[in-house]
Amino acid sequence: MASNEEILAGLAEIVNEETGLAPEAVELEKSFTDDLDIDSISMMTIVVNAEEKFDVKIPDEEVKNLKTVGDAVSFIAGAQA
Amino acid sequence: MSTPTLKQHTARTGSRIWGIGAFRPEVIVTNEDVCQWIDSSDEWIRQRTGIITRHRAPREVSVVDMAVGAGAEAISKAGIEASQIGAVLVSTVTHPYATPSAAALIAEKLGAAPAPAYDISAACAGYCYGIAQADALVRAGTAEYVLVIGVEKLSDVIDNHERTISFLLGDGAGAVIIGPSDEPGIGPSVWGSDGSKWDAIGMTHSLMDVRDFSEHAMKADDVESAAADEAHATLWPTLRQDGQTVYRWAVWEMAKMAKKALDEAGITAGDLGAFVPHQANMRIIDELAKQLKLPEYVLIARDIAEAGNTSAASIPLATHRLLAENPELSGKLSLQIGFGAGLVFGAQVVRLP
Repeated sequence: MASNEEILAGLAEIVNEETGLAPEAVELEKSFTDDLDIDSISMMTIVVNAEEKFDVKIPDEEVKNLKTVGDAVSFIAGAQA
Repeated sequence: MSTPTLKQHTARTGSRIWGIGAFRPEVIVTNEDVCQWIDSSDEWIRQRTGIITRHRAPREVSVVDMAVGAGAEAISKAGIEASQIGAVLVSTVTHPYATPSAAALIAEKLGAAPAPAYDISAACAGYCYGIAQADALVRAGTAEYVLVIGVEKLSDVIDNHERTISFLLGDGAGAVIIGPSDEPGIGPSVWGSDGSKWDAIGMTHSLMDVRDFSEHAMKADDVESAAADEAHATLWPTLRQDGQTVYRWAVWEMAKMAKKALDEAGITAGDLGAFVPHQANMRIIDELAKQLKLPEYVLIARDIAEAGNTSAASIPLATHRLLAENPELSGKLSLQIGFGAGLVFGAQVVRLP
């Protein structure tokens, strides 16, 4: 099971691969849409890649609740527990 | 008295596409046109969808008119007479009559009557559903030649001011003749449905709601008021989608079905000449191609850039363009996969005419 720091680093890698954003720009308080300019389709690609990387399920109806990077880290940590 | 033995049709060994036709309506809607209706830009639309223009039909051009145009070309390219057609299958969700079917009128106009004719309601998977049925009809000996048409006039069921789907959509028709073949020219169809996502793409409301409103409006005192006019305008059912749900399903679930269609046909991605997915969004097309690990020499249909998303018409239209631009594809294998409202999907490998 990954720590929150490991989840953040893993997410940053996934975001980097999808959008080209520098991994260090992916911080807990950042909003996916407002700060990182990630649209709904890219967000879904990130979600599916995160599911695979962290071996969790992130249901469609949960995706809209993942406003910030921190929301995603918390959800993944909770789903792994 | 003994019970007589029934005769059945003699089954055939194979079926294939004999000819393909297309009809692209004349009105070109650019991204600049779209930006009059939604707050967006040409760059944003190109980047997010890959769409540059869409073809749309003028008010007086119907689903039947477009289907007849595409069907006539398919019959001519196949080198057969319309009277040889043993069934006419029309995939559409925009023929504006629940009954009678578009297919019966199209068969009549093309000279294919009295061939059996019926519509298929399988949205963006409709053309692949038609191919699955035509292949079965030909190989079972029920029909010698089957005309399959995918046709949509989506411009009749859009709301130019909404942002989930309307700006993607175009009109058009594509058609093929399926007929007998000594060599298999259509692989096993991988098709199915997932009604648990029935709400993910579809109309805003039903015709029953339209009826109820009309009855109410006729009784109401304020029938002439602006509010009533506005309510009436928004009552016309139009399309909506939950883009995120559809995108996840269209890429990761459909990649599995596309691979299954290759497996069932006994080939690999390296054996393909072309990949023709439903032209829903360029990003779905790109991500599907990535998931399938297609070799670089496999040509990927990208008709969406010019035609927009034309639902049931998109695969035959895109195939028609690929063949026109790359005649060397004739005789090569193409993986086609349609997916959409239902949710429903259909995929098969076909040998290009």
